[in-house]
Amino acid sequence: MTNKIKIATTSLAGCFGCHMSFLDMDERLVDLADIIEFDRSPFTDIEHCSPCDIGLIEGGVCNSENIHVLREFRKNCKTLIAVGACAINGGLPALRNFVKLEDCLLEAYRDGIGVDNPQIPNDPELPLLLDKVRPIHEIVKVDYFMPGCPPSADVFLAFLTALIEGRDPSLPYKLIHYD
Amino acid sequence: MLTTFLQKVLTEADYQPFRLLGMLRKVQAQYQHIPPEAIDSLAEALNIPRTQIIAVVEFYSFLHLTPQGRYDILISNSITDQMLGNDQIISYLSSTLNVKLGEVRDDGLVSLNHTSCSGMCDQGPAGLINGYPLPRLDPPKIDRIVALIEQQTPLTEWPPELFHVEEIIHKPGLLLTQAFNNGDALHATFTRGLAETLAEADLSNLRGRGGAGFKTALKWRTCSQQAATPRYVICNADEGEPGTFKDRMLLDLYADQVFEGMTVCAAIIGSNQGLLYLRGEYLFLYEKLLDVLQQRREQGLLGTNILGRAGFDFDIEIRMGAGAYICGEASAQIESLEGKPGIPRTKPPNSVMCGYQRKPTVVDNVETFLASTHIAIHGGQWFADIGTPQSTGTKLLSISGDCARPGIYEYPFGVSIREILQDCGASDVMGVQVGGPSGTFISNRELDRVLAFEDLSSAGSFMVFNSTRNIFDIARNFTDFFAHESCGFCTPCRVGTSLLKQQLHKIIDGHGSAADLEELSELCLVVRNNSHCGLGESAANPILTTLASYPDLYLKQLKHQEFSPGFDLDATLNVARRMAQRDDPSAHLMQVEN
Amino acid sequence: MSGTLTIDDQIIPFSDGQTIIEAARTAGVYIPHLCHRPGYSPHGSCKLCTVFVNGRQCSACTFPAADGQKVISTNEDMQQDRLRITQMLFVEGNHFCPSCEKSGNCQLQGVAYHLNMLDNHFPHFYAQREMDASHPDILIDHNRCIFCNLCVRASRDKDGKNVFAIAGRGINKRLIINSPTGKLKDSDISMDDCAAHVCPTGAILIKHTGYQVPIGERIYDHQPISQVACDTEADHDE
Ligand SMILES: Cc1cc2nc3c(=O)[nH]c(=O)nc-3n(C[C@H](O)[C@H](O)[C@H](O)COP(=O)(O)O)c2cc1C
Ligand code: SF4
Ligand code: SF4
Ligand code: SF4
Ligand code: FES
Repeated sequence: MTNKIKIATTSLAGCFGCHMSFLDMDERLVDLADIIEFDRSPFTDIEHCSPCDIGLIEGGVCNSENIHVLREFRKNCKTLIAVGACAINGGLPALRNFVKLEDCLLEAYRDGIGVDNPQIPNDPELPLLLDKVRPIHEIVKVDYFMPGCPPSADVFLAFLTALIEGRDPSLPYKLIHYD
Repeated sequence: MLTTFLQKVLTEADYQPFRLLGMLRKVQAQYQHIPPEAIDSLAEALNIPRTQIIAVVEFYSFLHLTPQGRYDILISNSITDQMLGNDQIISYLSSTLNVKLGEVRDDGLVSLNHTSCSGMCDQGPAGLINGYPLPRLDPPKIDRIVALIEQQTPLTEWPPELFHVEEIIHKPGLLLTQAFNNGDALHATFTRGLAETLAEADLSNLRGRGGAGFKTALKWRTCSQQAATPRYVICNADEGEPGTFKDRMLLDLYADQVFEGMTVCAAIIGSNQGLLYLRGEYLFLYEKLLDVLQQRREQGLLGTNILGRAGFDFDIEIRMGAGAYICGEASAQIESLEGKPGIPRTKPPNSVMCGYQRKPTVVDNVETFLASTHIAIHGGQWFADIGTPQSTGTKLLSISGDCARPGIYEYPFGVSIREILQDCGASDVMGVQVGGPSGTFISNRELDRVLAFEDLSSAGSFMVFNSTRNIFDIARNFTDFFAHESCGFCTPCRVGTSLLKQQLHKIIDGHGSAADLEELSELCLVVRNNSHCGLGESAANPILTTLASYPDLYLKQLKHQEFSPGFDLDATLNVARRMAQRDDPSAHLMQVEN
Repeated sequence: MSGTLTIDDQIIPFSDGQTIIEAARTAGVYIPHLCHRPGYSPHGSCKLCTVFVNGRQCSACTFPAADGQKVISTNEDMQQDRLRITQMLFVEGNHFCPSCEKSGNCQLQGVAYHLNMLDNHFPHFYAQREMDASHPDILIDHNRCIFCNLCVRASRDKDGKNVFAIAGRGINKRLIINSPTGKLKDSDISMDDCAAHVCPTGAILIKHTGYQVPIGERIYDHQPISQVACDTEADHDE
């Protein structure tokens, strides 16, 4: 019944910090609420993405599940946005790239201090880890990037307003931060 | 042991830091690597930072910080060697010697690796063992080699024919057929006068044969007008462009005429010292060339008071490269000659004004000196009468690839590609690479183009591909070559050539979509337009020119509608799958979503 | 020789021996750069300062200024090339700004902000590089080195020490340290050396000083590098 702008959001290998920052829009969010609605998102309990206008991806890609979710978003969202440092370059989770995955797993499940029942989980329900944490643009086409760790509420606002108004989003100097 | 060895090496090099590369070559040959103690001792003895030595070792492919095999085998990875089956050669070597490509066998006896073009594309598949050439490798020959290695027979006792490099000249022309007696050009020069001989060089309109085509007489004149002394003459025999081997032939068969050209140049610019920068791959010529130099000294053609001319002293030293294509670039070569990594200098100043040891220096190609010798004898008009007005004289071509008669050909400039192909017995031609990877790929629709600076210029490489060849094998081989040979000094080439490689592989491996081709083209221009030297400027040529010739093939190679990852997605789960001992469907990923 | 040249239609004077970038800075015109620093010998490797001089591409940091020169420094294509070159530097190493002490004061970042760089564009190289925390006061994080060679020049030309060098070839370049162990602690670097302070990125850091100025209040948080470079870089060294 609506022609509200449909937005889906998700956090892959991220910390939900970007989502928190999104909520930091506070009262400005209330203004937006009249024109946007959320599809799949931690803010709703919708489990799968349906066709949307905008998809916001927080976090990089660290396991097979992330790949499936990312693809679901790419398939359903007209515009896909990488939100935050982790989605853009892997961010903090990518620090594990300095350690071989094999050693990570052994340390976590076999050799680490306090591990009882040392065994690498093999439940087919569990997603497998990729050899590296990767930024999302290496897996799917990404339309826009919102830098920041997290991007400030102002950045969200600038992007969303531009997109809602049908403009190409851009950021003034003071809103570009990588930290 | 090491100490006495280093003492000897240092003494032979007269403790001169600029001979560092040569010293390290000797240490490498003796110890199969550069041991840390050698780095320390050399740094101290030469009074240079140890970091300079490490930087040099890491820069040159033939020097190593970790031991290679006592028999170190390198197989040429030029596209023509690839076409002649270097892969099978490597597998055969690998299985008979029980050593993997890129590794040293456990007992340290043998190591096996790729190398960039070894300068024997007319007699591939070729390789090097401890720096010496192994042309025309095939299984029977390999069996002999393997036996000799396993018996640990010293290289000096191997049958010489294993190393025999043939010099196949199919079409000698103006220069290669001229009669010549040692001293002819020097006599002519002195008789005519130095200024007059330079004027003849000017009249000849000779342009450099090393690629850039700079007017030789102008370079010599500028150098002679510099106030600073001493001045140097450098003969560039780095010949690293894949597919070229004419300088090898010239130094093998016409060395006197090349050295005489250098000596004429020295007389004109007022130089007392010449250097021949000989690529590491041509080690087999080293002793022979030393002998030629010695004879010339004995004939009064080198040394002091040359040909009795009081005060005209000139001698030539040979210094060897150690596996770095970039050292063919004149200023990188000068750096290398000074005992440093071969990183191209910033211009201005040009090396003519500020070259070797920051002194005025002429760097010319081997063939340029050969031509100069004959111009000094016969005069400029004789040369200018041949070729085209902008490209006078003749050009030596090294022809390889799909043709009946690979080898050396000498043509007047202006000859059509079609005629060359007929002469060398090429049929069913799909394309020709003129000028090596840094040159131009042309399709069979462009065979009426001509060899000349104003159309297709070549420093000597001419590779023929017939219709059974895959354009992507060619583009990939060349693109990988540049990524491997980039000196890494400047960002656009250091990072850009590796990105070009990745992006091209992505498309060739079938992971590309339309956006990837656009990305590739854009990247080509960034690398070409922003790089520091000719290597980066030409590194995108293989992609740009094959794309221009066969755009439809590239378009057909774009296998995806949508963006797909540039790497094997499923393979990124290999480790996790293995460790969780899983192989169920959800333990796999499709490259693209279906 | 002295006289005037034009940069993007602006006429600026230059004095004898100046490079284009020096003339530009004196006149308050910013040309993006990373391997150049006033008072240091020109190097010309990052290629961010690429400009057109009389129609040819040159590095402004090495090319001598000359009378009547027409320099084009800023147009859309050139900014785009600079963006791509900057992105190359980001994917070549490992730059995680949120966990980098230099963030906000980093010239690489500053240039990226200036060029409106929102993403890394290229696939990452995932380079395996180390940290050298051996020295009590100075930290090297090789992940952030962009091979600008400034520390090499600083140590050699200003400190007279030769602590640093750049080794390797092509994409395998690496910064090496002149000490028997290859570790910084065994080199003769000291806290007062220019080389310890010259790094434009977070590759060489002075320990225990990282967060004296909080994130958000740092140099490029307030001012674009195009202003900072012309205002302050000059005072630094001369
Ligand atoms: C990457 C690169 C490799 C080169 N390799 C060679 C070479 O192997 N031999 C050569 O004579 N010139 C080579 N050149 C050209 C030299 O820089 C220089 O122009 C030439 O030696 C000058 O001699 P000429 O005027 O006689 O041609 C190379 C240039 C570049 C940029
Ligand atoms: S273009 Fe390539 S080879 Fe030339 S200086 Fe730059 S990195 Fe080195
Ligand atoms: S060095 Fe600069 S660009 Fe790199 S991580 Fe640190 S702040 Fe970011
Ligand atoms: S450590 Fe810093 S100053 Fe030294 S080369 Fe790397 S980026 Fe430049
Ligand atoms: S600033 Fe000129 S090349 Fe780096």
